[in-house]
Amino acid sequence: MENYMKLELSAISENEGFARSAVAAFALGLNPSMSELSDIKTAVSEAVTNCIVHAYKGEKSLQNKIIIECGIEKSEKAGKLHICVIDFGCGIENVDEAMQPFYTTSSPSERAGMGFTIMQAFTSDFTIESVKGEGTKISMTKIIEETGKEESNA
Amino acid sequence: MKISTFVEKGILHISLDGEIDEYSASDARRETDRKIDESPTCEKAYIDLQNVTFMDSTGIGFLIGRYKKLARLGIRAYIVNPNAAADKILTLAGIYTLIPKV
Repeated sequence: MENYMKLELSAISENEGFARSAVAAFALGLNPSMSELSDIKTAVSEAVTNCIVHAYKGEKSLQNKIIIECGIEKSEKAGKLHICVIDFGCGIENVDEAMQPFYTTSSPSERAGMGFTIMQAFTSDFTIESVKGEGTKISMTKIIEETGKEESNA
Repeated sequence: MKISTFVEKGILHISLDGEIDEYSASDARRETDRKIDESPTCEKAYIDLQNVTFMDSTGIGFLIGRYKKLARLGIRAYIVNPNAAADKILTLAGIYTLIPKV
């Protein structure tokens, strides 16, 4: 690991923009493209939204914590950004069901049920660990390609 | 998130400006619905995403919600000017089958 950061924040929606911008700023060390940066912000935003809306059921209490840990790995050809988003909320009873596109537990509201699908599509590797009543840990890795970037940015 | 609208030749133009996420969505929803209610006789609505600087799945929910509201009023909805990031997420969610891009 070449770099590491840990962020602890209250699970309130005001913090969403801060959380995704902080991870994006950390990722700048890997010289990502605009599109890679946008993928990172979107994936983090989905994970943080899940913590606020589902794990803590939108309680808006400053005591509800989200922890975001990021690490950077570099090799010759590519860099890797590891992102963990951890909450201590209600947990997910059936992860396979929750992973289905358009699945949502809050049906009367305008929720797309696309959070996990987007996190999967926008990162290179994605896993969920969840224990009912204890919390959920989302781990994502985004590979930041090094090859050909100078040409495309020029 | 700033919402601005105008009506021209039976088309309600709705321009969104800023970031659509869980934090901004409820105000944006209320404001957009108010503007839609002011123009119930339009034939079409163009939802302009040119100035949307960030959007996650909350944005998908937002667009589907506005599509449903417009449909109840008999107004067809279209998406215009999505940037590359918005386009990626809207394509992934299959939104264009519901709300075509023009």
